[in-house]
Amino acid sequence: MSTGAPTASEVPAVAMKPAAGSDFALRLRANSEYVAIPAFALLMAALLFALFLLAIGKSPIDFVAYVWRGGFGTAFSFQNTLQRSSPLILTALAVAIPARIGLIMIGAEGALVLGGFAAAAIAVPMIGVAPPFLTLAIMVVAAIAVGGLWVGIAGYLRYARGVNETIASLLLTYIGIAIMNFFVEGVLRDASNPNKPSTKPLGDAYMVGKIPGTDVHWGFAVGVLLAIALYILMTRTTFGFAARVTGGNFRAALAQGLPVGKLIVSCAMIAGGCAGLAGFFEVAAIQGRANASLAAGYGFTGILVSFLARHNPLVIVPVAILFGGLVASGGLIQRRMDLPDATVLVLQGLIFVVLLTSETLYGRFAFFKPIKGRDRT
Amino acid sequence: MNDGLATVLIAMLGGAIRVSTPFMFVALGECLTEKSGRVNLGLEGTLVLGAMVAYAASYHTGSPWAGVFAAGVAGSALGAMHGSICKLPKVNDVAVGIAMMLFGTGVAFFFGKPYIQPTAPRLPSLPLGGWSDSSSLKSALDVNPLFFVGIVIAIVMAWALRNTRWGLVVRTVGDSAAAARAMGISVDLVRFLTTTVGGFLAGVGGAFLSLSYPGSWNQGLSSGQGLMAVALVIFARWNPMRCVIAALLFGGAGAIGPALQSVGITQGYYFFNAAPYILTLVIMIATSSAKRSARDMPGELSMAR
Amino acid sequence: MALANLSRRAFLQTTAAGTAGLALSLGGATRAFAADLTVGIVYVGARDDFGWNQAHAVAIQALKLVPGVKVVEEENVPETDACAKTMESMINLDGAGLILATSFGYYTPFVVDMAKKYPKVEFRHAAPLWDKDKDPKNAGSYFGYLNQGHYVDGVAAGLSTKSNKLGFVAAKPIASVLSNINSFMLGARKVNPNAVVQVIFTGDWSMPVREAEAASALVDAGCDVITCHVDSPKVVIETAEKRGVKSCGHNASQAPLAPKGFITGAEYKWETIYKGYAADLAAGKTLSNFTAGGIELDMVQNTPFGAGATDAAKTAATAAIADMKAKKPIYVGPLKDNKTGKIVIDKTYGNLDPYLDQMNYLLEGVVGSIT
Repeated sequence: MSTGAPTASEVPAVAMKPAAGSDFALRLRANSEYVAIPAFALLMAALLFALFLLAIGKSPIDFVAYVWRGGFGTAFSFQNTLQRSSPLILTALAVAIPARIGLIMIGAEGALVLGGFAAAAIAVPMIGVAPPFLTLAIMVVAAIAVGGLWVGIAGYLRYARGVNETIASLLLTYIGIAIMNFFVEGVLRDASNPNKPSTKPLGDAYMVGKIPGTDVHWGFAVGVLLAIALYILMTRTTFGFAARVTGGNFRAALAQGLPVGKLIVSCAMIAGGCAGLAGFFEVAAIQGRANASLAAGYGFTGILVSFLARHNPLVIVPVAILFGGLVASGGLIQRRMDLPDATVLVLQGLIFVVLLTSETLYGRFAFFKPIKGRDRT
Repeated sequence: MNDGLATVLIAMLGGAIRVSTPFMFVALGECLTEKSGRVNLGLEGTLVLGAMVAYAASYHTGSPWAGVFAAGVAGSALGAMHGSICKLPKVNDVAVGIAMMLFGTGVAFFFGKPYIQPTAPRLPSLPLGGWSDSSSLKSALDVNPLFFVGIVIAIVMAWALRNTRWGLVVRTVGDSAAAARAMGISVDLVRFLTTTVGGFLAGVGGAFLSLSYPGSWNQGLSSGQGLMAVALVIFARWNPMRCVIAALLFGGAGAIGPALQSVGITQGYYFFNAAPYILTLVIMIATSSAKRSARDMPGELSMAR
Repeated sequence: MALANLSRRAFLQTTAAGTAGLALSLGGATRAFAADLTVGIVYVGARDDFGWNQAHAVAIQALKLVPGVKVVEEENVPETDACAKTMESMINLDGAGLILATSFGYYTPFVVDMAKKYPKVEFRHAAPLWDKDKDPKNAGSYFGYLNQGHYVDGVAAGLSTKSNKLGFVAAKPIASVLSNINSFMLGARKVNPNAVVQVIFTGDWSMPVREAEAASALVDAGCDVITCHVDSPKVVIETAEKRGVKSCGHNASQAPLAPKGFITGAEYKWETIYKGYAADLAAGKTLSNFTAGGIELDMVQNTPFGAGATDAAKTAATAAIADMKAKKPIYVGPLKDNKTGKIVIDKTYGNLDPYLDQMNYLLEGVVGSIT
């Protein structure tokens, strides 16, 4: 297997060897590799993109200035960035967790859509009847359960029938979107909204608000907390250890008598739950209803975020923010520089290709390998 | 109702021929790449770039076949890029593929803007249904030459993989890099070449989209066909002939939705439109089993364990 | 497209003549604009998609000619919080004082929320959704009732068909699409009581392969005139031409795409609305909260007849255009739906009656289902 996830033998020291008593400065130096190389790669991507811009007669300096201004430079911009990063954190987690056990799941989009749809659908009979807090709690449970079930199916098929999980999860995504559309344009359609088929609106009282003092909804905070929790789960618990062993060597895990099937299905369900939760926030914090706009591509963007973060839940947070910033500033760049929307797509593609290429640099520099006996070949 | 059934069946036949060709080319390209032990998930981007380049080249040169060739060249460029990046140690081919998908799509959209509106010369098709009185059958049998080219490529590829030295080299590299190196084969070079050729085929698949069916360039042209074609390779168990069958099946299933609505079966069209995905999933479940899942899979593939 | 060549003087003359929009201006509720104004335009797809977005983008050029007005545009903005953030970004970073949101799904909740949050900024949205009782006074709607154009198409198509079967490729079953289908059918039945309209929903605004399949399937089912309501009709019209049947256009002129079979088409004339806005801005006036109309207000028009139009069709369609100009109603009740036979349109409604904006049914005479 090779999902790009560091296998047990090459997991960063932070992840695998916490405070093993070694000298702090040396450990810092070792870990700085994980900052220096991506930074270098980003710089290279920026240079390549600058050449591209010069070739079409635009100013790279303006471009950088607008990315800064549109994504990070003002209080509004940065909150815009954080808000846009929230679904990405959750959908990236939905890719990272299965990746740790050796599965490439690309079905977060379907789980997000169905999870959000389930949350909106279950809320319909409760609005005005049940108190908002209870309703939201049940919506969360429904979103996580349905999302978890959806990706869980792909995990189960993988384990029980050997069906390729990448393909199965992609197919399930298309099917999930069809299911949502069928209900939203059919029996669950809100007749008072003839121009955009949607479920009945939740109403302001039943919406999740913003984090106090900010313009960012709670999905961001939940995403960060969940990233931390899943990091702990995958690195500090027996479950996480067993999952990593399975991901590292499936046959060895079987031979050791690990409950491989349960592990695979559990990881898939956690993944689907994360994506379902993203769907919940899309419904309860943003749209106020379920409709076709749930399929906005967050699930697919999450794949890239997770790969760039090398499937490390903690790293996903900054990568998602970086990504959110690029998307947030994309609009300003379009408006000020008169560049088409595809420009940001080209830039993203370049950044990812270069960052992924830079993976080859890990372990090549003696500077970063001061700790004796570390095997990183 | 018999009329209705005939309509649906003829539509599925026509759909299988019309819609399958891009799937076929991408799947064959991916099949070759995967046979050598590498996965290129970026063919969706290659397909889109191929479609754009083909349309632009056909528009400027006035020759659709020049467009097809240009699309192939653009596709091989992306394939070569993927191939040369992935030969570096520790680089994950699946992830690079996803990034290349974004890059290829971005480049196609960026440079494709001026070609959305103009009309470029399309590829002519062969009217094979001239014998029939039924206009729907006639139209279903209006077949683009690329469809036959795809089938011929599949036959040649299947034969060559089995019977030629080149085929043996590709298969060896795909099954065990160590064994290939022991035989003195340059694993990186072989994979670079198969990815480049695979990119060429996917680019040609894109040319079919923009120059034959539906025969127009715009940003929504490929709605995941490239991604699904990669799925079809697994479904076809890395066999070029089965890739053709899978593509035909998928194309035919794609025609079910519109055809059923046209004969008056209109309820639940979202599910009929999702028929290709449901069908593929069902067949995958039915034909795999936990024990022999990796039977035909090249051993070096990163998806294999 | 010829707009770019217009001199400013010629432009001001035409706008002065063409500002007769249906205006429900709520006196004093909204402020007049200052001399310097930044207008932010939000598009759901690419500006050059040869469809919905391009039709807006071309017409919006009118605003750029107004002295003191700066236009900033952003394309491919999905109907998620991305569109709210884009509007906010235009307000906060570009200082936009007027936002034009051009996609249906932007309205609830995003345009409404932003209008509440930024009461000093004006918002106008391209769909007849603004409700003067519920919605903020700094928001508003503008819309062209394209169904009038489709009605005229239907009249021409009804006289062009031999099989009495007309095909309609539709994206999604929303009110404006359903109204176009129903109007097309009513137009056809007006001149040909035996005509039926067969509809295929593709489920997506832009899905070229499925649109081509749908057009092809309709031809296979015996339809000999094809029309559509999708974001970019190019594929449908070209497929119809390839299959040797006639076609009616949608959104903008597709006449060059079907040199043999093109009859006529329903076109938005957004420039009437945007030129009206431009004239109001130039005069320092407040934009009206609700600007909508059809052929009678020159906000919708029909494409000049193509080679597919017979003389009979031309005569009938020209008469239908005159009917629309005279505000003759399309929906003459009672009318039944096509599923249960229930009466859904109880009486005759005027062409701009808000009751028709709530349409969620296909009428008898249409073959197809909205779910």
